[in-house]
Amino acid sequence: MKSPPLGYVRAMDMPDVFRLRANAGPDARVLAGGQSLLPTLAFRLSDPGTLIDITRVDALRGIRLVADGALRVGALTTHAELGRDALVRVRVPVLADAVGLIAHPAIRNRGTIGGSLAYADPAAELPAVCVALDAVVIAVGPAGERRIAARDFLTGLFTTALAGDELIAAVEFRPMPGRRTVIHELARRSGDYAMAGIVLAAGPGTPTHDPRPVFFGVGDRPILATRAAACLAVGGAAALAAAQAALDGDLDPPSDQHGGPAFKRQLARVLLARAVNSLIDARDAR
Amino acid sequence: MSTSVDVTLSVNGERVARRVEARRHLVDFLRLDLGLTGTHTGCEHGVCGACTVRVDGVIVRGCLVLAASLDGATVETIEGLTESGEIADLQTAFVERNAAQCGFCTPAMLLTAADLLSAAARDGAVPSREAIREHIAGNYCRCTGYHAIVDAIETVATARAGKGRS
Repeated sequence: MKSPPLGYVRAMDMPDVFRLRANAGPDARVLAGGQSLLPTLAFRLSDPGTLIDITRVDALRGIRLVADGALRVGALTTHAELGRDALVRVRVPVLADAVGLIAHPAIRNRGTIGGSLAYADPAAELPAVCVALDAVVIAVGPAGERRIAARDFLTGLFTTALAGDELIAAVEFRPMPGRRTVIHELARRSGDYAMAGIVLAAGPGTPTHDPRPVFFGVGDRPILATRAAACLAVGGAAALAAAQAALDGDLDPPSDQHGGPAFKRQLARVLLARAVNSLIDARDAR
Repeated sequence: MSTSVDVTLSVNGERVARRVEARRHLVDFLRLDLGLTGTHTGCEHGVCGACTVRVDGVIVRGCLVLAASLDGATVETIEGLTESGEIADLQTAFVERNAAQCGFCTPAMLLTAADLLSAAARDGAVPSREAIREHIAGNYCRCTGYHAIVDAIETVATARAGKGRS
């Protein structure tokens, strides 16, 4: 369980990152929180040669409002920081809700939102939240910044749209007045990766207004369930059952250690009902 | 490209300067380079929690942090917390409640419990048994069944809150 021999270099600013990366070659990996990268090294699933530590690059830190009212979350923001940030609580509260489902406190203190997106684990919470909220990933490379919609950023199993010389600078969440978003997941033990999960955004107003259900842990990336969304938008007493049935067309879950496709679809139906009901409860509580 | 890195950091209040292999994680650094064996090496991939230590005031998995990345950091281990007396009440409660059996998970369990208790003190609240279980969910104990550990943490949380009020 020891990492292979490694080189280590510490970047102090963005030009440093690009220079060190160019020198280190294509196999070198960026080290942020390391909470997924270090286990893969311990298992020797990866042998990057060199790690480029970006944790001291201030340009990748901070949570702030930008010109168009969007909330810009720096890539190095840890899960713990996300969970206790006052702006996040007001502007994008589902991010804080998601943090409570990610691993354990000791891991939340190191793991970062940029790392979670760059790693692109299909069972991870934050990539699904970003897709449900139509967030924008800001990639930065030697040529400058590039804005990529979260749904286009996550291209497959542990795969993203980042070019070899790019890294994530920040994620932006645009303001969505009156819109509510909930997250639910099913895991055998607290802190485990979810067997299946859902992020459901809807509103303003009723939960039937522009619903956006995004599932995680049931595909090779977060899956927007468009057929189920159309059923929910119809509204009425039969909408939920119709949406649950429509999930058969939206989801094609691969088998994993938790179970097969039928099991995963059942979890997805249960999660959809829980998410819809919690949106209704949240509306009734107002 | 260097495979060894010079680091200077604070460990339990003492300044430590060492040249470390880049791949060396914090637990091996503490145990093998500094002889601080209170922090335990369990799964070495972030699952069991036995290597929990404090870095810059917050708990982390020691096996998921490279020593090379800790230049300028402040590290606290079970040895430091024991010496300062910060968790003496918690340690006493663990003994009284038989919350330690084989003891392998105990140092990390104490660090994680101390983290919850200091957060609770900031909020002025006594954590529920459910909240205690949730907070220690990332620290595996294969002996106790957790009940005695929850008892011990709850006892200290209640006692500390009582002192705060009086």
